Amino acid sequence: MNLIPILILFPFLMAAILALVKDDKARGICVYIGSGVTMVLALAVSAWWLSHGQSDLLLFVETSLVDHLMIVGDLFLMCLVIYMSIKHKKYPIVLLSAVQTIGVLWVELFGGSVEETPHILVDRLSIILLLIVAIIGGLIVIYAVGYMRGYVHHHTEFADRRGFFFPMLFVFLGAMFGLVLSASMTWMYFFWEITSVCSFLLIGYTRTDEAVHNSFRALWMNLLGGLGYAVGIIWFAVTHHSFSLSAVVDAGKGGDMVAVACVALLSFAALTKSAQMPFSQWLLGAMVAPTPTSALLHSATMVKAGVYLLLRLAPALQNNWAGYMVAFIGGFTFFVASLLAISQSDAKKILAYSTISNLGLITACAGIGASETYWAAVFLIIFHAVSKSMLFQSVGAVEISTGSRDVETMHGLMLRMPKLAVVMVIGICGMFLAPFGMLVSKWAALKAFVDAGGLLGTLMPLFVCFGSATTCLYWSKWLCRLLVVDHIRTTKDLTGRNEYVSLFSHAAIMILLCLSFPTLSTNLVLPIVTELYGEVDPTITTGNLLFMVVLLFCVFVIPLLVFLVTRRSHPHPVMSYVAGINTGDSQHFVDSMGEEKEIETTSWYMEDWFGEKRLMFPSLAISSFIIVLCMILLLGGVVA
Amino acid sequence: MKLSRSPWLIHYDCSSCNGCDIEVLASTMPRYDLERFGIINSGDPMHADILLTTGGCNAQNAPVLKQIYDQMPDPKVVVAVGTCACTGGIFKGCYNIQGGTDTVIPVDVYVTGCAARPQSIIDGVMQALAILDKKYEAYTEDPKEGI
Amino acid sequence: MMLSAIIGIGYILLAPLIGGMLDGMGRVVSARMQGRKGPSVLQPFWDLQKLMKKELVTVSRMQLIMIGSYTLFIILSGTLFFSGNDIMMCFFSLTTADMFLVVAASCTGSPFSTMGANRELIQMASYEPMLLLTGVGFYLADDTFRVSTIGTHEGLPAIVMLPGFFIGVVLILVIKLRKSPFDISTSHHAHQEMVKGTTTELSGPSLACYTIADWYEQVMLMGIIGIFFANNRWWSVVVALVCIVLVYFFEVLIDNTCARVKWQLMFKVAWGVTLVAAGTNLLLLQMIR
Repeated sequence: MNLIPILILFPFLMAAILALVKDDKARGICVYIGSGVTMVLALAVSAWWLSHGQSDLLLFVETSLVDHLMIVGDLFLMCLVIYMSIKHKKYPIVLLSAVQTIGVLWVELFGGSVEETPHILVDRLSIILLLIVAIIGGLIVIYAVGYMRGYVHHHTEFADRRGFFFPMLFVFLGAMFGLVLSASMTWMYFFWEITSVCSFLLIGYTRTDEAVHNSFRALWMNLLGGLGYAVGIIWFAVTHHSFSLSAVVDAGKGGDMVAVACVALLSFAALTKSAQMPFSQWLLGAMVAPTPTSALLHSATMVKAGVYLLLRLAPALQNNWAGYMVAFIGGFTFFVASLLAISQSDAKKILAYSTISNLGLITACAGIGASETYWAAVFLIIFHAVSKSMLFQSVGAVEISTGSRDVETMHGLMLRMPKLAVVMVIGICGMFLAPFGMLVSKWAALKAFVDAGGLLGTLMPLFVCFGSATTCLYWSKWLCRLLVVDHIRTTKDLTGRNEYVSLFSHAAIMILLCLSFPTLSTNLVLPIVTELYGEVDPTITTGNLLFMVVLLFCVFVIPLLVFLVTRRSHPHPVMSYVAGINTGDSQHFVDSMGEEKEIETTSWYMEDWFGEKRLMFPSLAISSFIIVLCMILLLGGVVA
Repeated sequence: MKLSRSPWLIHYDCSSCNGCDIEVLASTMPRYDLERFGIINSGDPMHADILLTTGGCNAQNAPVLKQIYDQMPDPKVVVAVGTCACTGGIFKGCYNIQGGTDTVIPVDVYVTGCAARPQSIIDGVMQALAILDKKYEAYTEDPKEGI
Repeated sequence: MMLSAIIGIGYILLAPLIGGMLDGMGRVVSARMQGRKGPSVLQPFWDLQKLMKKELVTVSRMQLIMIGSYTLFIILSGTLFFSGNDIMMCFFSLTTADMFLVVAASCTGSPFSTMGANRELIQMASYEPMLLLTGVGFYLADDTFRVSTIGTHEGLPAIVMLPGFFIGVVLILVIKLRKSPFDISTSHHAHQEMVKGTTTELSGPSLACYTIADWYEQVMLMGIIGIFFANNRWWSVVVALVCIVLVYFFEVLIDNTCARVKWQLMFKVAWGVTLVAAGTNLLLLQMIR
């Protein structure tokens, strides 16, 4: 019972401790202990929840003291944002922050009588998110210890701000725990703002002009979402006298127009946080930060907060304009972001676009709000968190060793750094290949989208089908680069042991998750759906799921089998065909000047077709238009 | 079943005046319908069974010819098409010509003519097929031997 | 259940024969269209036995492993299809198989086959939406993803509901069967800028492996054409077979009448037709549902 406050507060405590520790070694030990304890606490909470019969637990009804502390916290965050904004002359942000914070405070303090509802909700969904945040987040923090050591060593041009960096990571984890456990909108708002500000501070880590610029972009976009959130809270509290999230959802489900409008406003906040289309730029800009930040933002925390909120709202999004907006923006983002990813060669940029794209799919699932899409969304969240965190970390490790994160420089990584390459290959396969989890979820989503019927039932399958094709394109390009087996370059693997601990744990988790897919489905995810929607047929039958597991075996076993069969054959080795002008091996040839040159093969990026220059503006315009249109329709519905 | 039921060609132009090249291409065109013998102009040494060469060899193209020949899987045959490929032709003895194809790689069939006529090229290829089958027999007895 | 298993096993055993025969007939018809006699119908089998007998030369062993896996995955997808499983699963497994081919082509680092691999990827991106949408179309028409049910459902054949999807599938078949104008990743005609594209570095037995995979894939694709026409009447199978032959003839005709195109045009045409034909059809189906 008392574990939950401990779970939420412990990371904040760790942050305070780490802020005081100055010694590098001691800090490392602190971080290990901190993330270990966090994971254990999260597991303990889950175990405690299991022992309470896996039911939904609603806790902490009377919390006036904590409420007041949070008000102070809100004010502190506001002051911090205002101070930073004035310091960097970004005055509009002052207004954004002040308006929403003061608005929420006003309704909390003077908004009249609001019925007291539980503030903490522990159910399956929050437990799943809790475990993702704790385990993936914890592993990222462990990875960060080694990574930041290398980072500080390589980037002497930036000040060593590790004493600031690690506390921020822990604050982030704490805020995420609070966010996923909150049942009250005001509590969630508080944690929501913490993550916004935290990501702002983390993105600005290097303090270069670019970093500052990008961090402020992240800040204003998230604050804009926060404003939507605040307006939603205020409006609902004034009209319905409640801060409870489930009250909004129930009222919205019942067809209350005001509640639906509030749901739309909350979804708007979620869209900004999950970097959906008109607001995708901030996540792309977040790349300037050190890799653990990106890994944390992209996989376990920040962006997952948005889709988590959407999933909470999902039942109220079924068949109304709020839902149409969310579904369309999600589907559109899935497609467009995967197109944009094709033209990128910077690995982190590809990952960023892929995050945006996959979150788009989750968003779309939540927007449809049907039982099957819910099922798919939960699985997408789980698998995406693991794969993405794994990929970010391995890209970071490669960057430390090779000095570049361009995909082209990962040419032949399989020979140069086999351990990293294997992790990366598993991560990439996990993102799009047949038997892995992401694809199964995509499959379920596709089926559910078709079932949605009507115009949405036409648009969404089109988005998914075209988007899957382009997703396949950009991932396989990368995969091919990794698996080239010529012997041109060699690299020394500088990856630290703690980094490998994290990477291999991720790979193991990934494979375990894929293998236990059917079990996960029946025991964990289906009950969530059943609870929300009543008895449902599993979208993908257990038979098919089992088959997918078999297929997964095939992916590993078949190449192995072929390897064993061909091992005894003695193929006659020849040079690759380069019109007969190789000079002794497959990697060099005689150029037109009669001199020896190295063969360089690269992937295609098709900048003219899928470049940001060509696609970014139209997609921003279309998505903004849709959001504005749906908002107007919703408000019009309330007025009429 | 014989190997010669499906011979695939590759054509390499050493330093031909293009006369023989055009005749080689002409003979693989629909007019002569080489495909009725299963012959395909594959253009890739790793797929090919028969190497057609045209023109005399010199210092520049000899290593290329050798490399393409080496890339062809056994069993394989070489047909030198045209007088230059057979002996060096009118360029024989010039400072910049090494001689015919057989100065670089072993040649199985010589097709003469300046330029060689398609009919004789086809005839040469058909003779090469018989050699190909023989070579396959030798190859199955001792693959290591090479030919 | 029993029947599906038999058909599945039948596919594994007979598909290379049928695929080879199709290939052979295609070559003969193609020759006749060009006013030639052409090879024997059995020519593909002569080619195959020759390839098996030839020496195995290779640039890297990795390529062998990948090509072998490609072949096995193609067979797996086809078997899934013919034993009446979920059609989407077959398509996903097919994509995985294609991935192995692309990796096999690019893992040697050889310029021609890497170029082929890149183009193969573009081809995949071009036809993949249509392939997936086909599954969606069948689901809307017959309310199931299972091939066994789609192929034996009651009422009119699926083509009545899915004419747009059918047009799309016929178009992407040009890509999948590697017929010009869309044979941009590999080509059976000589003297191309790509040499042999994805298959450049394959030789002898490994090329034979690839050929067999190709035949299995062709039969599976023809099966997809077939289920557009099949329902629970026995004669629908005959209709389906006739239509398959007609479609194959049509593909050969396209091969012989169209010159080659660049990837840009292929991409535009494939996506355009998918969007217009299948998209409109999908919209109409959703509207009448």
